[in-house]
Formats: sequence, C-alpha cells, structure tokens
Amino acid sequence: MKKTILLGALTVAGLAATAASASTLDDVRARGKLNCGVTTGLAGFAAPDANGVWQGFDVDMCRAVAAAVFGDPMAVEFVPTTGQTRFTALASGEVDMLARNTTWTYSRDVDLKFEFAGTNYYDGQGFMVPKALGVTSAKDLDGATVCIQTGTTTELNLADFFRANNISYEPVPIETNAEGLQQYGAGACDAYTTDASGLAASRATFENPADHILLPEIISKEPLAPLVRHGDNQWGDIVRWTLNAMITAEELGVTSANVRELAAAAGNNPEVNRLLGTEGELGAMLGLSADWAVNAIAAGGNYGESFERNIGSSTPIGLARGLNALWTNGGLLYSPPFR
Amino acid sequence: MTKANLSYVRTEMLAPQDPPLGQTGIIKWVRENLFSSWLNAILTLLSLWLVWTVLSHLYPWFANSIWNAGSLSECREIRNATLGEGASAACFAVISDRWEQLLFGFYPKDGYWRPVLALALFFASILPVLFTHLPRKLLIGSIASPVFLFWLLWGGSIWSPASVMFGFVAGVVAYRVVAAASSNLLGVLAAIAAPLIYWLFLTGLVADALNSVVPIELPQVQSKEFGGFTLSVIIGIAGIAFSLPLGILLALGRQSNLFFINKVSVAFIEIIRGVPLIVWLFTASLLLNYFLPPGTNFDLMLRVIIMVTLFSAAYIAEVVRGGLAALPKGQYEAADALGLDYWKSMRLIILPQALKISIPGIVNTFIGLFKDTTLVVFIGLLDPIGLSNAIRASTDWQGVYWEIFVFIGLMFFIFCFSMGRYSLYLEKKLQREHR
Repeated sequence: MKKTILLGALTVAGLAATAASASTLDDVRARGKLNCGVTTGLAGFAAPDANGVWQGFDVDMCRAVAAAVFGDPMAVEFVPTTGQTRFTALASGEVDMLARNTTWTYSRDVDLKFEFAGTNYYDGQGFMVPKALGVTSAKDLDGATVCIQTGTTTELNLADFFRANNISYEPVPIETNAEGLQQYGAGACDAYTTDASGLAASRATFENPADHILLPEIISKEPLAPLVRHGDNQWGDIVRWTLNAMITAEELGVTSANVRELAAAAGNNPEVNRLLGTEGELGAMLGLSADWAVNAIAAGGNYGESFERNIGSSTPIGLARGLNALWTNGGLLYSPPFR
Repeated sequence: MTKANLSYVRTEMLAPQDPPLGQTGIIKWVRENLFSSWLNAILTLLSLWLVWTVLSHLYPWFANSIWNAGSLSECREIRNATLGEGASAACFAVISDRWEQLLFGFYPKDGYWRPVLALALFFASILPVLFTHLPRKLLIGSIASPVFLFWLLWGGSIWSPASVMFGFVAGVVAYRVVAAASSNLLGVLAAIAAPLIYWLFLTGLVADALNSVVPIELPQVQSKEFGGFTLSVIIGIAGIAFSLPLGILLALGRQSNLFFINKVSVAFIEIIRGVPLIVWLFTASLLLNYFLPPGTNFDLMLRVIIMVTLFSAAYIAEVVRGGLAALPKGQYEAADALGLDYWKSMRLIILPQALKISIPGIVNTFIGLFKDTTLVVFIGLLDPIGLSNAIRASTDWQGVYWEIFVFIGLMFFIFCFSMGRYSLYLEKKLQREHR
C-alpha cells in the first residue's frame, strides 16, 4: 500500500515536472551541497580513501567550486558515474557539474548540449605494450588485440588511427580502467590504450614496470575538462572562473599557504588584489561573495599544488607537467586575465 | 545314513577368513569406482592431474597470503623479503585495510553498530516466522520490527517510521469497525481508505507531536552514505520482504475471475518480467530524473528498492501460480463445499499447500534477487562490486584483483548458501506425502 502512494506521488511529480527550474546556483544554494559527478574510480583523479573521503585531481576541482559557492570545500556530494551514465546524470540534473576526465569534443559540446569550462588536463591517447612483444611503434601493431574502454573517445580514436594507417586490430572491450589493467596483465590483449596519463599511472603500479613500454605515438588530443549543462551561463561562468582562478593563482604565486594572508589586506599587486577580492567587485559579478577565489584556492591549493599532490612527480603516479605547465613555462595553461 | 559314513563331507567348519585384499575396503572401492575400465582409469588420472594443477597453484597463493600492509607495493616488498622474488602470495592486506568500507560503505564510523544491530534485530524478528514451533506471540515483535530497523539504519526520530506504521493499525481498526457494523466489502474499502487519509494528512503531525513529547532520536544517515554489503543486504532483504506478499497477491490476481484484476495482474507481470532488471534500474536512476521536477530529491536507494521489489514480485507471482496450478481442482471444490469465503479458503486451504510446493522456486528467486543487487553498480551506487572498483582505483591498491573478488564472492556465498539450506529444512519439515 505504501508503494501505491509512492507511485501515485511519482505520477503527480512527473506531471509537475514541466515547471520551470530556478538557476543552478540557486538550486545548489538551496540544497546546501554541490552535486559533483566523478568517476567510480581512477587513480589520482578520483577515488575514495580508506575513510571514504574522495581524493584526487578531479575531486579538487569539485571542492574548489564548492568552496567558491559556500566557502566550505566539504559541501560536496560526490556522485560516482560510469562512462555510460555520466552525460545522462548531468543532462537530467542529477549532478550540477561533471569533473570526470571527460574529453572536450565538438559533438559533446554542440550536439549533447554541454558547456565545457576550460581544460584542466591536456592529455593524449597512447599505447602500452609488453616489452617482450618487441614492438617499438604503434604502426607495428597490425593484427594486434587491443584493450579499449567502451563509450569513450579513445575507442573512436583507435578506429581512426588504424584505418588511417591501413592496419587491422581486434578490440577487446572493457568497462573500467581497473578491468583493462587486469585483462592486459592476464595477456588477454597485446596492447592497452587509453589516455597517456592513465597509462603512466597504471604502469607505475605494475610489479615490474620495466617490462612494459609506452609507445611514442600519441594518437589524439584529449583535453579533459569539467563541464556543465547548456543554458545556465552564470553557473558555467562560476565553474570556468574557478578553474581560471586556480591557474592564475599558480601564475601569481598565490598558494593555499599564503592565500589567507594575501587576502587579509590589499597588497601592491593589483592583479592579486582583484583575484582575491580585496579590490574591485569581481565576486559580486559572478553572484558570489568577494572572497570566492580565496576559498577556492584555500580548498585544494592552486593548480600546481593540486597537480603535485594528486598526480605529480612526487606521487606514485608520477606525471610530469608537460603540456600542463603554465604558458610561462612552455605549457598550454593560459588563463584570461582577472579584470 | 550317518554323517560319519560320508568321508567327503567336512565334519568341522573352517575358521572364517578375511576377504581377499582386492575385495575389501579402500582397494575395492578404488577398483570399482576409479579404475573399473581403461577409460575410467584414464579419466581418473586426468582428474587427479587437474585437481593437482589447480591446488598446486592456488594453495601457495592462499597459504602465503599477507594480511598486514598499507599498499600493494608494500605487500610485494614483504613478499620479496620473506618468500623471495616472484613467489605466489595473495595480498589480503587490502581486505584488512578496507573491510570496513566493503561492509559499510560510507556509513559514519561511530555508527557501525547500527547496521549490525539492525541485522541482528532482523534475524531475531524473522525467527518466529521461520520456525513455527516458537511462541506465536513473538510475531507481534516481528510486525513492529520494520519501525526499529528503519530507525536504526536511517536515524532521525523513531516516531517518523512509527507513525507511518500506525497507518496499518488504522487500516485494521477501520476494517474491524466497519465490517462489524455493515458489510465485508465496505470494511475492505474502509481498510484501504483510512490509512491513505492518515498517511496523506496526519503522519507528519503525529510524528512531530509524539517526538515533542518523547524525543527518541539517532543521528540521521543519508542514503548516499550506504554502501558495500550494507547496501546489498538492505536492498536484498527489503526486496525479499516486500516482494513475497506482493507476488502472492499478483498470483491470486492472475487466477482471479474478476476481469479487471485479472488483466491488471497479467499486464503487470508480463511487462515487468519482459524487460531486463538493468533496464528498470536505469529507468529508476536516469529516466525518472527527466520526469521529476528539478530539485526533487526522491531517494535513489528507495527507487532501486521499489524496482527490485516489483521485478522479483513478478517472478514470485509466476512461481506461486505454478504452485496454485499444481493443486488438484478437488481442493478448491472442497474449500467451497466447506462454505469458506474466498480469503478464508485461500488462507486456510489453498495457499498453505501451493506455497509449500513453490518453496524451491521462491527461494531460488530470492537468491537470484540477492545476487542481482550487484547490478546497481551500473547506476553508480557503490555496492561491494562498485567499491571494489573504487578501491582498486586508489593509488595504494591499484593492481589488486582476485583478493577483493574472492572476499566478495565468499560473502555472497554465505548468504545464498544459508538461504538454500533453510529452504531444504523447510521442505523436509513440511513434507506430508510420505508420513
């Protein structure tokens, strides 16, 4: 009988669903928590630790946005999503934003009606093979079996690459990175392909990392970006400029250690003052408090700090900054000015 | 003719001797069962070789298992130090590091006693249902137990689930009063109407009022914090508990002569059964979000429980229908001849026999349901399988594989095996044919 009521309530609720929704920011504020879509688990990017607290590079992005909105980096509800459910979860409003190593592509941006808020990690697709296979270039992989995650851009890139080079392959479809590693380790496929960051991270955890090599070819551009729904530009701006604030903070030398001190009073660098809200009205323009960027930076540090803590060279994953260095250091990270 | 004249007849008996070695004990058994022909001998040797290969690979892995380490690489260091490079050793340290997470998910640490107590309370409350020789008065406790189970798991005020429960009491009271005053049919209608009115308008008020008088509260726990086996067991038990009565009603509905009830039951069973569970779960988690107004927080776990319940109810209905169909027509006629009304004949004569026949099928469906709860991993709920992915994604435990799944498999086996054993016990106890 209880069920009858619930189903009845469902029908009524379904009929009422056409009512216009408030802005995402208002929804998030009313809820008191940010719903952030992350992966169900990817080393360095998002995974719960032994205490059940989510950690990782993408997680830091969510925490920074939550801190910008609420001043509290823990006011996030992490919603684990799979490669198949992530876009539906965002489109249906189950999550307010996705920070889930999602590649920014034309069709996802235009056709699926999402808005990408700037790249937080420049990646590219590579191949890992056992050294014993004797392969030194991806073009030698004619007829190889390749482990590949379904529902991802890597799957399409792989097909493109092999077609362009007029060689054949046999895909071994897998669901998650962990499963892919298991299959690869068990010899179910000759080569494993995914983002080069993921390959390096995985190789580091192997029993004998030296037995496996990453092939030199990077066959695609994979700009990984946080994304939001089309149609709420204010919310999109909040996510975009939170990311930009983290990048700018690194450029200006603002860290989680000194941000509170720098924000205490206006200093002599006007750009830092504008970023930290001691000068100008930038926070109010976003609909946030003046110290939004201070909170965002204090949450997980600036871009460089978050990178080093989660995936940088001091971690087992040990990724070099590479393309993800600031533009001043020869990388691609370039935030528009805070003005 | 005396015996003495017959010189070829032995006059005293020989002492009995042991049978020949080949005709007794283990040798006889081996010869008869394992090496009775060339083909059997070859098959025996092959099987022995197979068992040996499996054991010789698995045993050292288990025997050398390492239980104390902080990460997979630490495990490997310990193994290299004690057993030498490349030795086969399981790294069960991942279980000792993360077993709390696998059992309780993200449930608050200081509240771990709550799901445990809830499980104990659940077992205590189903004992009088399972074992009929216990005093019948204990059943009152069983009926009241959902209130305490809900309260223990989700927290908040005990009066919220209790006041929902009062709705059922209101229904029973309404039936008694109205049926005594007028007809049976009006009584049934009153029994449906009274709780509905109560739930729609009064539940919240009653709960608040009672809570202000006698506040009994536990810290609230969000559904999102449930995970691991707590999640599986809650979904499984709730599904089992709700789907059995619903399934029986559906089976009776499908047998019914009333056109509307019959067709509704048939349509429900066929539609639910005709679509894979994973599709219903996706419907619950994704599709409903498009229809519900934005910002509605209709608990995902509740949605999953409802879907799992409806799904297994459709299966139970068909299993019970099999039991109903197996009863000879004479039983129905005998019930009618005794002058019993429909519900009484069902309750006293038809269902006890039909359900007894259906026990293996019902338990089979329950075991299937319990294992199917792992499908929730596809909608992003972190059940044990989902957590295993998350654990293997942490930098500490990336690369661990079999150890976690061995543990999960063992836990599921314990639950499913005990259900199977209970059903065997029940079948034996209810056996009436050969007495």
